[in-house]
Amino acid sequence: MSAARRPKLAVEGASKFYETPTGRTHALDRFSMDVQDGEFVCVVGPSGCGKSTLLWSMAGLHALSSGRILLDGQPVTKPSPQIAMVFQEANMLPWRSLQKNIELPFEIRRQAPARERIDGLLQRVGLAGFEGKYPRELSGGMQQRASIVRALSVDPSLLLMDEPFGALDAFTRDEMNLLIEEIWLETKKTIVFITHSIPEAVFLADRVYVMSARPGRLSKVFDIDIPRPRPLEVQAAPHFVELVAEIKASIEHKAPARPAAA
Amino acid sequence: MASVDRQLADNIPSFDKHEDGQAVGVSNWSGVAGQLGLIKSGREWALIAFVALALIGGMELLLRLYEVPTYIMPTPSLIAAALVRDFPLLAPHVGHTLVELLTGFAIGATVGFVLAALVTQFPLLERIIAPYILLLVTTPMLALVPLLILKLGFGYSPRIIAVALASGPMVMINSATGFRRTDLAKIALARSFGASTLQIFMKIRIPMAMPMVIVGLMVGSIFGLLTAVGAEMVGGSFGLGNRLTYYSSLIQMPQFFACIVLLAVIGISIYVFFYWLGKKYAGWES
Repeated sequence: MSAARRPKLAVEGASKFYETPTGRTHALDRFSMDVQDGEFVCVVGPSGCGKSTLLWSMAGLHALSSGRILLDGQPVTKPSPQIAMVFQEANMLPWRSLQKNIELPFEIRRQAPARERIDGLLQRVGLAGFEGKYPRELSGGMQQRASIVRALSVDPSLLLMDEPFGALDAFTRDEMNLLIEEIWLETKKTIVFITHSIPEAVFLADRVYVMSARPGRLSKVFDIDIPRPRPLEVQAAPHFVELVAEIKASIEHKAPARPAAA
Repeated sequence: MASVDRQLADNIPSFDKHEDGQAVGVSNWSGVAGQLGLIKSGREWALIAFVALALIGGMELLLRLYEVPTYIMPTPSLIAAALVRDFPLLAPHVGHTLVELLTGFAIGATVGFVLAALVTQFPLLERIIAPYILLLVTTPMLALVPLLILKLGFGYSPRIIAVALASGPMVMINSATGFRRTDLAKIALARSFGASTLQIFMKIRIPMAMPMVIVGLMVGSIFGLLTAVGAEMVGGSFGLGNRLTYYSSLIQMPQFFACIVLLAVIGISIYVFFYWLGKKYAGWES
């Protein structure tokens, strides 16, 4: 890691408490990470480990209880035009056509839609000709591709993806993983990708951050040195399988420790 | 970090629990709108027309066969004749009833919609005013008409007020149900692109509430029609409700039923209009 360069995104000791009716929830505990410009980073962890909280804070949607998040050296306190987010289950607005869904960010910013860019992206993800369709007329995979187009249409430098393919079937998921890798190789966006699938994280990432459950802590970081582009077959390669097993073990190690401590 | 959205700041973004609005919403839109527009072939049309003709013809036949006096139940042909012959006399009354209905409904629906939009943003305010809205919904506003007439005379105003009071709360409770359906992920989506609270309201909350708002408008306008006709019966000298009491006191039953046919036409038109509106603006939900 080149420590001299200023990271694209820096998370410094991020902690977050929620006040809930049943008491205080400690969602995130002193989490730190540096993401360099153009890197693809995955965060994995069990459900409820604060992954989404972390990502929403990066997007400026949530305030942290303590610590800070820096984008190009500037603290992130509110949504930035440099950041776009891809949500779980596509998050399309069902009352808008695909075209209108993709134009939403431009409407909000009172800008003319970047027609050429949008058309190019639609072509790229294989959705050209579907502009007039409504979300309910599209498959889950198509909807998620549309939401990727929506996020990239505003040309962000940082793309945050919150378990985007969790609801898709295995085949569609493979297809989407390939697509996102290709798009990343073409555009060299910085991507932070959250998932609970370890193989998905190893397939996509330059580096995998493993989180432990509540409160969400960084438990380990793995560098993924598999050369790119990575074809789907790489998932059967011994080194890939080894990495997945290693990460899995680092999560499962925690489990038996808890009852002993209690 | 005060700039973080109030709507998001205290909520845990948990998608696993699936707490999006759909679960909260009541509306099965198609349940309200029934079977309209589902007729497919000419054959179905023919069958529907045949049944209608058989019903009306059968009624005509039976009434003639048993020589039922006109003052008890006029035959369909007599009603139709009265409708055609006296239409010039009845038309102004249709106009009066429509003026009361449309003016009162416009006022009631606007106030109901705006109140629902405001109140649902502040749960405490909602809890404070909920009992009064419930009172307005459950008490027949017709009961106020004698009082209103006493204060305001026999003109349009007491009727318009009664219609507004009857339709407004209906629009409000249904719209409020719509506005309560908050989908955190959709709000976060808009927010992540820098949307203001007003933009979130206009682009996310209102479209999401639309199916329930339209249900409210439909129910409210039907309640408005009921109240308009009832208020006309209580006092004054014009409107279809007034004509009903007038013709029944003269035992002119064909004209009486002609008024009922006209009221039915108004009622069905309201229904069809909102069905169309629902298809157009809330069709995404069904």
